[in-house]
Amino acid sequence: MPEKLNNTNLEKAKAAANKNASIGKDIELSKYVIDSAEKPKNIDPSALPAEDKEIMLSTGVMLDDPTQRSGTFIQMGNTPVHYSQKQDGIEVMAVSKAKEKYDWFGDYWWNAVSVDTDKYTAHVELNNADGYFIRALPGAKTVFPVQACLYLNKIGAVQDVHNIIIAEEGSELHIITGCTTSLHNEPGLHLGVSEFYIKKGAKVTFTMIHNWTPAMGVRPRTGIIIEDNGLLLNNYVIMKPVESLQQNPTANCIGENATARFNSILIAPPGSNMDIGSRVLLNGKGARTEMISRTITTGGNIIARGYIEGNAPDVKGHLECRGLILGDAGSIHAIPELKGNLAGIDLSHEAAVGKIAEEEVEYLMARGLTRDEATSTIVRGFLNVDIEGLPPLLNAELKKAIADSEEDMF
Amino acid sequence: MDSERVDKEILLDIKDLVVSVDNKEILHNVSLSIPAGETQVIFGPNGGGKTTLLMTIMGFPRYKVVSGKILFKGTDITDMPVDERARLGIGIMFQRPPVVRGVKTRDMVAACLKKENGEELIAELAGKANMSDFLSRDINHGFSGGEIKRSELLQLSAQSPNLVLLDEPESGVDLENISLIGSLINSLLGKVHPIRERTNSGLVITHTGHILNYINARTGYVMFEGKIICEGEPLDMLNTIKEKGYRECYKCLRN
Repeated sequence: MPEKLNNTNLEKAKAAANKNASIGKDIELSKYVIDSAEKPKNIDPSALPAEDKEIMLSTGVMLDDPTQRSGTFIQMGNTPVHYSQKQDGIEVMAVSKAKEKYDWFGDYWWNAVSVDTDKYTAHVELNNADGYFIRALPGAKTVFPVQACLYLNKIGAVQDVHNIIIAEEGSELHIITGCTTSLHNEPGLHLGVSEFYIKKGAKVTFTMIHNWTPAMGVRPRTGIIIEDNGLLLNNYVIMKPVESLQQNPTANCIGENATARFNSILIAPPGSNMDIGSRVLLNGKGARTEMISRTITTGGNIIARGYIEGNAPDVKGHLECRGLILGDAGSIHAIPELKGNLAGIDLSHEAAVGKIAEEEVEYLMARGLTRDEATSTIVRGFLNVDIEGLPPLLNAELKKAIADSEEDMF
Repeated sequence: MDSERVDKEILLDIKDLVVSVDNKEILHNVSLSIPAGETQVIFGPNGGGKTTLLMTIMGFPRYKVVSGKILFKGTDITDMPVDERARLGIGIMFQRPPVVRGVKTRDMVAACLKKENGEELIAELAGKANMSDFLSRDINHGFSGGEIKRSELLQLSAQSPNLVLLDEPESGVDLENISLIGSLINSLLGKVHPIRERTNSGLVITHTGHILNYINARTGYVMFEGKIICEGEPLDMLNTIKEKGYRECYKCLRN
């Protein structure tokens, strides 16, 4: 990467080192230590301790039997400890490696996310964060998804991550990412920058499962650039407690007919505070988006945001946000926003927050289900979002992850 | 004969039932009994309390029993919750069932079936109800009037209750569907078997009487202003009502 660009990024990061984020509770970064311990590289993932593997598996990362994966990446703390690829045309490596390998790398570094967005992005740059680099070459199509796990395993530490995903023209890339920790009730902080570049006619499905613990702070920063006829299908699931999580990924549909779909399933147990949204800028003619979120609080607090901006002719966007309040405590604050900047666009939203309809419970009870059975059936249905375009294998895995977590809910 | 003894067994026995809805008394001292294996029919003008009676038998909490008793299979179910009544053998066809997003028709049928690995049976029952294409759809979402009826009867056929409560099963059903609906109800009530030890019972609300062509009902009632004012042979009653309207019942009431 050119030195000059590197220096510019550093300068900007330094200037933003104390810049508060526009939304979300402020996190005092100095309270966390930087995990700079040397870690072994190129480990055999199946040789990891069983306990770690089990935690990773809960986020969809399969290390014992990777036959159904096109590649694997694991980062422990700040160190990529393993990366491998199994399919021609699919590249999986650490960004530090890609930086050395490709002279064009700078074109993709802090281009979809601004380095000076806030102090969290600045922290990631100032600590020279590593992360995954996943790329599908032109026309390449993943048979199985690539899996990536970001794992935080040091008490009181901050994990800095910077990921780059590139789907070259006409390619198809399926990725499963699990972000999780071995910590129990100890504090930790995850800062993760992800930049997506989806070229002409490329398709990316990105399924991310977050599995945090009650004292974790989490601040992902994601930017996605989608060119002509490109497609992003983003699925996000969080069902375990987290002290404070705020993210608002932005997809910029710059190309004609670029499409971004976001599906989010959020469950906030007591003690959880989540501020989770997605933003789509429809800047290309005929670009479209659909955002669906299903949120449930069993005592935690959720802010569910959605923002669609139409800036080009014939764009279309729809936002659907449904929240269920189960139990006596907790809150859901749905903030759907639409902004149209010219005529001939079609943006809409629907939002609903409430308890389970008694009429539905009685309907199921009249078929012989107990009140508890009826309630869990309705909740399961509520979370049963049909995700269009997701490969069957991924869909089945996602449903299984949701079903597993549901068992903990009641 | 054994079958005679079974026939005389009372499945549902309602005694002096007084019911209020939202603090307004709707049913006044209603009594009726349904022997096992028999289907009975209720006629009457709108607002006469027919639906309230069915909803009260099913046990929906909105319908409060002020006094009187409901016995089912000899058990006092007056204060029993709706799900327990369902498991005891009472089933109802909903007129306007709610959409339950994400819950598939298949899930509902499976819940009614209460049986592991019932996929084949579900497929067979769905085929009979002409609902195979609806199994993977959210229950009641975008269903037409006739589709709702078929879906309800599919669920009931999986549930197979001993007492079936049907509120205007033929309303909003086109001619093409009426015979399918009729035969589904007929098989639900166990009438397709010429001889069986215990057939199911039914209590059916009808305005048009079309359904009488498909079911073998022995007793009919006219409900008016929250009371049963007349009891008789259903087809006779229907003919009288068709000819003279419910005015005849007013007269009857005055006498």
